[in-house]
Amino acid sequence: MITEAIQERETYLNASYGIKSWLLTKDHKRIGLLYLHTITFFFFLGGIFATLIRLQLLTPKGGLVSADTYAKLFTLHGVIMIFFFLIPSIPATLGNFFLPLMIGAKDLAFPRINLLSWYLLVIGGCFAMYAMLAGGVDTGWTFYVPYSTNYSNTYVIATGLGIFIAGFSSILTGLNFIVTVHRMRAPGMTWFRLPLFVWANYATALIQVLGTPVIAVTLILLIGERSLHIGIFDPARGGDPVLFQHLFWFYSHPAVYIMILPALGIMSELVSVFSKKPVFGYKVVAFSSVAIAVLGFLVWGHHMFVSGQSVYAGLVFSFLSYFVAIPSAIKVFNWTATLHKGSISYATPMLYAFGFIGLFTVGGLTGLFVACLGVDVHVHDTYFVVAHFHYIMVGGTIMAYLGGLHYWWPKISGRMYPEGWAKLSALVIYLGFNLTFFPQFILGYLGMPRRYWNYPDEFQVLHVMSTAGASVLAVGYLMPLIYFMWSLRYGPIAGPNPWGATGLEWRTSSPPPAHNFDVTPIVTTDAYDYAALAAMEEAKVV
Amino acid sequence: MSSHTELPELQEQFETPTQQKEASTLGMWIFLVTEVMFFGGLFLAYTIYRRQFAGAFGLASNTLNVVIGAANTAVLICSSFTMVMAVRAAQIGSRKALIVFLILTILFGGVFLGVKAYEWNEKFAEHHVPGPTFHLEGTTAQGPAQLFFSLYFTMTGLHALHMIVGEGLMLFLLWKAYAGKYSPSYYTPVDIGGLYWHFVDIIWIFLFPLLYLIARHQH
Repeated sequence: MITEAIQERETYLNASYGIKSWLLTKDHKRIGLLYLHTITFFFFLGGIFATLIRLQLLTPKGGLVSADTYAKLFTLHGVIMIFFFLIPSIPATLGNFFLPLMIGAKDLAFPRINLLSWYLLVIGGCFAMYAMLAGGVDTGWTFYVPYSTNYSNTYVIATGLGIFIAGFSSILTGLNFIVTVHRMRAPGMTWFRLPLFVWANYATALIQVLGTPVIAVTLILLIGERSLHIGIFDPARGGDPVLFQHLFWFYSHPAVYIMILPALGIMSELVSVFSKKPVFGYKVVAFSSVAIAVLGFLVWGHHMFVSGQSVYAGLVFSFLSYFVAIPSAIKVFNWTATLHKGSISYATPMLYAFGFIGLFTVGGLTGLFVACLGVDVHVHDTYFVVAHFHYIMVGGTIMAYLGGLHYWWPKISGRMYPEGWAKLSALVIYLGFNLTFFPQFILGYLGMPRRYWNYPDEFQVLHVMSTAGASVLAVGYLMPLIYFMWSLRYGPIAGPNPWGATGLEWRTSSPPPAHNFDVTPIVTTDAYDYAALAAMEEAKVV
Repeated sequence: MSSHTELPELQEQFETPTQQKEASTLGMWIFLVTEVMFFGGLFLAYTIYRRQFAGAFGLASNTLNVVIGAANTAVLICSSFTMVMAVRAAQIGSRKALIVFLILTILFGGVFLGVKAYEWNEKFAEHHVPGPTFHLEGTTAQGPAQLFFSLYFTMTGLHALHMIVGEGLMLFLLWKAYAGKYSPSYYTPVDIGGLYWHFVDIIWIFLFPLLYLIARHQH
């Protein structure tokens, strides 16, 4: 009977039918789902490359693929995962779907540009996949010159164009979010009543808008250098290869914050809802997102400590890199303070959130190791660095992304996922992740360089542990894929607000109607005001 | 509710025409910020190499035709003036003036692009295009001199590309203006099209002295 009632009600899912109604949709919720499918595809594609890498490294002499192929594997793994999964991941799916709902808007400010941004990601992805099928690319995801311009005999230009086009997707998403937050908030939704997920996406959008154009022009210069030999990065004409590294990292370091800031935003939502307490120090947490976005632009030189940059520049970049630890730590401490004396529930999203705190803390603290000039000379370009950034980008971003996906799944689909399996997946992913990447810290510290296809015998035990962990991790990632699809048909029906959360997205039905709210909400309380929510529920019953 | 809300131009995600106009304008400003960052990378490369190779850059710069460059700058400034007049015409609801000023803007833009093409062609004839046949008289620093022309072609090329996009935008505005779509209560596209056009002009205002004028005092 409940099912029938749901089928009768008009939602964004049944407002219209057919492939055209999806491919030409202007609804931010549908575009969010288009993104969800696209990045899930790229995630598993990048995962296949990771699987092959780990299989190759199972034995010291490898034997599965040649050295050339191995170089292509880690390059494609990096390119696909960074530019086509991690950067769009949270903003373009969950951000797209929930940002307008959370501020009480009917849609983003520019729905057609929103759809265009999805097409740009797909077209960029097609270029990257063409490069992959035509013979791959072997420069590493960093495309350092002069190898990428003068020596590599692979598909650098096609891959570069793919990233260039996908970059515009990211720019347009950021632009849309900034305008939406400024101009589309519901009556009463002041800046300091915004949910922290919105603040985090706003800060992310600032980086997308300010940073991405720089990688765009850098890629144009790279393509110009490779195809026309314009000389900008060529020492034979007085050009400077290190200029490429400066331009590249001016975007690509802040890009790390494009990946992690939205994850930090999800964390604030989860920690508050599942301990039923307002986030401790709301304003400080909000401003720490902006602080991370700003500081993120001032630390790119810490990727170049051994690239011949001056010692003074190195010192300044090292010092500024330490500074990023402050707003990051503020967030972790404030989440902990939020948990204190909270009414904590161990639902699946919260398990992912706990996993995030553990992994993000390890990733962040090892970030201090590599930000330190002396230590970095020792661990630069080793597995220590590989482990560090996987703890942030995989352990951090993907844990929060999955936590957010579980948390908002009832709103997206109108159904609950199977709680037991979901809890198991959180556990499997956490254990698998640590087994994969913790040994890599030790490997790197002992001197195993990154990007090598074979290694001395004494490293094998640690590599076997890492490969075993990767197998566990793969199972963990496949589980949500399966049970989310299962839940679409068989999951229990979710009410409008299954978690007792305060956000506006929970005040509309699950799944929401095409225009989000039947009546534009008027906001009278702060975010995370559980007392006001309880009073409102009571008033409804009376 | 004012009668404005019944205008067909109000998209469904907005509550009021004011909100819609403010959102569109802010969107264009943010887009222009991304453009500043985009050209910023090129200006950075220019600054570094000009400081490093001041002599070769000066010599190479002096081979550019400053008279034609200055005349072209004047043409572009005229186009910005007609653009302002077009926005004004839209504001006061004069359809005829709007059409005339848009056509003038398109013509000035076209003249600029034509002159630019002529200048590029000259560079090819003079062997000033970076590559195996490159030769610049009076210096042994052929490498850095090529660097100057690489930057010249990249920067003026990307600027010209933006001009071509701008011409497309103007044609679109002209088509809509001809169809009578704009009125004093709705002319946002003309307004933000103007913002874009002026921005592309400003890029040129920086490019002209940096490329043409850096070493003229030596003569």
